Amino acid sequence: MADIFEQTLYPYRRSPDQDAAAPVRHPVIVVGAGPVGLAAALDLALKDVPVLLLDDNDRVSTGSRAICFAKRTLEIMDRLGCGQPLVDKGVTWNKGKVFFDERKVYEFDLLAEAGHRRPAFINLQQYYFEAVLLERLRELQAEGRPVQIRGRNKVTGVTRDYSRVQLTVETPDGPYTLDADWLIACDGAKSPIRSFMGLDFHGRVFEDNFLIADVKMEADFPTERWFWFDPPFNRGQSALLHKQPDGVWRIDLQLGWDIDREVEMREENVIPRLKAMLGEEAKFSLEWISIYTFQCRRMERFAHGRVLFAGDSAHQVSPFGARGANSGIQDADNLAWKLKLVLDGTAPESLMESYNRERVQAADENILNSTRSTDFITPKSDISHVFRDAVLDLAEAHPFARPLVNSGRLSVPATHAGSDLNGEDALPGGPERTRPGAPAVDAPVGDGWLLESLGTDIVLLGINTSLPDMSGGDTLPVTVLTIETGDDRLGALRERYLGRNEQAVYLIRPDQHIAARWPTYDRKAISAALTAATGGMS
Amino acid sequence: MTDLITAPNLTDADGFYEALIAAHQGLTPEQSTALNARLILLLANHVGDRDILLDALRKARETGR
Ligand SMILES: Cc1cc2nc3c(=O)[nH]c(=O)nc-3n(C[C@H](O)[C@H](O)[C@H](O)COP(=O)(O)OP(=O)(O)OC[C@H]3O[C@@H](n4cnc5c(N)ncnc54)[C@H](O)[C@@H]3O)c2cc1C
Repeated sequence: MADIFEQTLYPYRRSPDQDAAAPVRHPVIVVGAGPVGLAAALDLALKDVPVLLLDDNDRVSTGSRAICFAKRTLEIMDRLGCGQPLVDKGVTWNKGKVFFDERKVYEFDLLAEAGHRRPAFINLQQYYFEAVLLERLRELQAEGRPVQIRGRNKVTGVTRDYSRVQLTVETPDGPYTLDADWLIACDGAKSPIRSFMGLDFHGRVFEDNFLIADVKMEADFPTERWFWFDPPFNRGQSALLHKQPDGVWRIDLQLGWDIDREVEMREENVIPRLKAMLGEEAKFSLEWISIYTFQCRRMERFAHGRVLFAGDSAHQVSPFGARGANSGIQDADNLAWKLKLVLDGTAPESLMESYNRERVQAADENILNSTRSTDFITPKSDISHVFRDAVLDLAEAHPFARPLVNSGRLSVPATHAGSDLNGEDALPGGPERTRPGAPAVDAPVGDGWLLESLGTDIVLLGINTSLPDMSGGDTLPVTVLTIETGDDRLGALRERYLGRNEQAVYLIRPDQHIAARWPTYDRKAISAALTAATGGMS
Repeated sequence: MTDLITAPNLTDADGFYEALIAAHQGLTPEQSTALNARLILLLANHVGDRDILLDALRKARETGR
């Protein structure tokens, strides 16, 4: 069987839209079937919002690109119905080691805490990730959900007026035109849609090159993230080793700025570099090599009328921290439920502005973290280099220096603490990690998990307290759920949601972010929070 | 909040100064710079408080020539 990324997974087929006399109008068109566009399309389809996904290609990403998928991404994929195949295929890891020169200076464990369904991270080639999402999309189609994907449909122009976006699309059969009420641009870092609309994309370019090689080998390195500062096999630079499924290893070697990319990419030059790292006897074959430079930048706004940017089209970060795909998936998570309510007319169009605000905040957090990592890994001045080495020297003997070692602050979801969608935090001394704006933290409930029981609507969650039926009255679908801390042997639910309280009531958004919380049920307070969480109309 | 102490606070000022210089004895300028960096990090951790550290950074930056 050919490798998955060489297969045509969604071949071009002529669509009736191409023969229509006037442009056919779709409620939502998503451009780009990368991880973010696929996630957005799945989420909308599951909410029965008709969605059309266009991509200029007909297969998954070539080369592995993103390999580290974070716990939050897996939780979102659970909600979309495809978390398990990702975990089954992926390599689960929690531990990492940091080396300086020839010494190990530091070791970490990302998820020392019990009581979570999903691990801190899995490693999985981006092409597998996309393939799993595509398969899920096929499943939804088979169930009759309103989702279409069109391969080799390349968007070549976008115009818009007040309530409509018009796209020109190039196909093997020539161009055609489509109308959309809403356009979600998930067309990647080079976003043609951003260019068509003449929009900015500002930030910082890092003057450095990294060689990435995916090699196939039988090796008994443990399933951990290994990071080297200034190792003997790559003097003055950094290196990273990470395991992927199918006996594939990701190797990332910093090369510096003044290099000849074309020369460095030649196998005759790559192989000796890898042998220096893996040992002369190591037997391996090259699966994919690439040299990349990176940037940390974002658009000023992610929402432009009825065009919403998500993923790399809206923001780009350095790979240290695995915040690219992971944060893009959170964009889709944030966007889908809001768009659903707006399309249903149960929330005002202005709710989409909260997408802009919340995800810009998240992007800034990701850019800040990835910029700091990059400045640690590649010091920009002599004195910065001196302090970096001082931290690494101290870290071996003195625990205090270990948190300063920054080889990438690995992706965690943003807490939208200041969001105007948040209602009150009325739970006295409620745990910090579940305050309004935070993504709900998983915990065991009976034989299952809290997050899996939340479903896809807005949830009113009663912990150790019963709640009246919320149906009727409000126009918004609210699911009422009650659970008991007695159902959790670990006591995690109590610790994560109650603190010292005996009971609590939480209002949780469809993207599983907490909107408000109280010690007891209070109909009026809940109504007010519900109104705030949905943009102030209901 | 406690402030950065700028009044005399060393138990043995001359003794400390002598030890500081002695710690750099025989080091190249590069080694001395590295030692200073480690020293700053050790002391910063001991202080801990963010406001005090930022205040110290500001005062150090303002008073140099
Ligand atoms: C070496 C490397 C390592 C990385 N490691 C990680 C990691 O470990 N974890 C992580 O989270 N992220 C990582 N990333 C980042 C990650 O790959 C990206 O953030 C992610 O792919 C972004 O997804 P996306 O869907 O926004 O865009 P893309 O994956 O770029 O998808 C864009 C899609 O849009 C389509 N498209 C473009 N133009 C048009 C058009 N005109 N018409 C129709 N379709 C179009 C393209 O064909 C493509 O399918 C890494 C990146 C690199 C390069």
